[in-house]
Amino acid sequence: MRSLPLISALAWRNLWRNKRRTSVILFAMILGIWAMIVTAAFMRGMSIQALDDTIENLTGHIQIHHQKYLDDPVIENSFSITNRALIASLQHPDIIQWTRRIRVPGIISSERDTRGLVLVGIDPQSEAKMSFLKSAISEGQYFQSPDDKGIIIGKKLAENLETQLGKRVVVMSQDLNNEIADRGYRITGIYDTPTEGMETGFLFMTLANAEKLLNVTDVNSELAIITRSLEHTDVVLKSIKDKNPDLDVQAWDTLQPFVKLIEEMYTDFQYIWHMIVFLAMSFGIINTLLMTIFERTREFGLFQALGLKPRFILAQVWMEAVFMLAIALIIGNFISWLTVLSTGEGIDVSAFAQGMEMAQLSNIIPFIIISEDLFLANIIVIILGLLTSLYPAWRASQLVPANAITRV
Amino acid sequence: MNTNNNQLVVQCLDLSKVYTQGTIKVHALDHVDFEARQGDFICLSGPSGSGKSTLLNMIGGLDTPSDGEVFIDNEEIDELNKSELADMRLKKIGFVFQAYNLIPVLTAQENIEMVMQMQGIPKKERNQKSLAILQEVGLEGLEDRKPPELSGGQQQRVAVARAIVSNPSLVLADEPTANLDSVTANKLIDLMLTMNEIHNTTFIISTHDPMIMQRAKTLVKLHDGKIIEIS
Repeated sequence: MRSLPLISALAWRNLWRNKRRTSVILFAMILGIWAMIVTAAFMRGMSIQALDDTIENLTGHIQIHHQKYLDDPVIENSFSITNRALIASLQHPDIIQWTRRIRVPGIISSERDTRGLVLVGIDPQSEAKMSFLKSAISEGQYFQSPDDKGIIIGKKLAENLETQLGKRVVVMSQDLNNEIADRGYRITGIYDTPTEGMETGFLFMTLANAEKLLNVTDVNSELAIITRSLEHTDVVLKSIKDKNPDLDVQAWDTLQPFVKLIEEMYTDFQYIWHMIVFLAMSFGIINTLLMTIFERTREFGLFQALGLKPRFILAQVWMEAVFMLAIALIIGNFISWLTVLSTGEGIDVSAFAQGMEMAQLSNIIPFIIISEDLFLANIIVIILGLLTSLYPAWRASQLVPANAITRV
Repeated sequence: MNTNNNQLVVQCLDLSKVYTQGTIKVHALDHVDFEARQGDFICLSGPSGSGKSTLLNMIGGLDTPSDGEVFIDNEEIDELNKSELADMRLKKIGFVFQAYNLIPVLTAQENIEMVMQMQGIPKKERNQKSLAILQEVGLEGLEDRKPPELSGGQQQRVAVARAIVSNPSLVLADEPTANLDSVTANKLIDLMLTMNEIHNTTFIISTHDPMIMQRAKTLVKLHDGKIIEIS
């Protein structure tokens, strides 16, 4: 320990002996750390965005359906909310919001065109608190009351149907008796979302309107739940499942496996990416330290002649690597933070809109740094960096003094 | 081999070193017996390849002999491991080389203090001793200069100062004047002789320099790895 100040002083001064070389390797290391952290922030942003969008786009954290609904989403496969067990389940303290829906296949016809879609009957008040619809209205207005007579469709669907706000359209579906049910409705709202699929695939009306159209009362195709947080989902899921064995209760990751896949893929990719970046970085570290040893062989011989132990030389070379890593990590983390800060709400990737939509992502991807990602990137650089630098340091410590000191 | 009856500092018994160059074996040292006592000022002379530097390296534990034994202060150094050898050099031996004697990133004073720091000498004492020895070798005021800012002669003086500052039993100098002009070389020999007189430190110097040979208390001539004359 008494040699630590000397080792540190020697390592620090030696680091700046060849300023250009040290600067180049530091630049490469900083770039590598920046690439690790910023890529992680981008991937994390994509992953969180996909998850948030999925939960907001009608999925919620948990959904309850009739056992047969997901295989055959017709009005017969619905359930009542009046049963006591279900009502008791919804009182769970970790549930912060829930809403019920009628959700069946339907057809919409304008005077110009006809399209197939999903007809969604909603409770305007509770739906507004847990899905995208109210905040996405770009023309007209959201439902003003539970028995609002209008319908809300997506902007792209309106374009496809060559219709607009205030126009009447005909909506068709199949009622409980397997008869065609159709009615005319006025478009009172148009919503705009980043994903085209959300704009063309759904038609929203109030639950009262949907019940009237389908000739049903007190039936639900779907009950969507938002829990306190993602971490509470499993507990709530189990509780509802246990109390309602006759219903199909599923979490977001089962309902939207693709989003779960994105999250898992991201984690795997992060490890691979970190390793690739570090591998490139490690060549720089090893090369720099080996060059250092080659240039300073006589000096290491002199150290040994003066009575400094091999472990002193190992520690000195290793300490140089520690300083390099520390500088690169401090600057790399700071620049990464600045980069993420400069992206604000995120970056616009609308040039790749179709691809992003396939991945159920919106066009604005936020950069999100979370402590786990930051820790992973830093710990990889620290641990592997120190391990990588051990080899050159060990080589320096193993020089035979008589040979080292006479090397030309 | 010498008339000095002081304590034995170095003793080499039947020392050999064989290098293999391809299929040829070169006897750098060939069954050499050698000793040095406290206060000796011994000069090893001989043509290139005669074994002067090899003998110094063996005595300093910088290389291992092929055969024979080396004793420093009656301790056989062959029995020491790398770490113990380093300790022995740190405490008992000072080195002066022909060139590359100093650590370029340290100042003159730091170069001198480095060995003391490793020996665990407190900072205040290190500071006093280093400044005193710098004054003694005539480098007062140059303590903050780094090696590239010193002349060759000044660098060698710092090296001598570093070698003797901890009062080692032995100073080994390998061609210390080889890169110096005659005036500077002469001053360095004066310095080493003075240090030898004042501190009673044993000096073993390998050299081609006739000036050193003339002024050495003992002259040992080597040829083809053998001691051929002691005078």
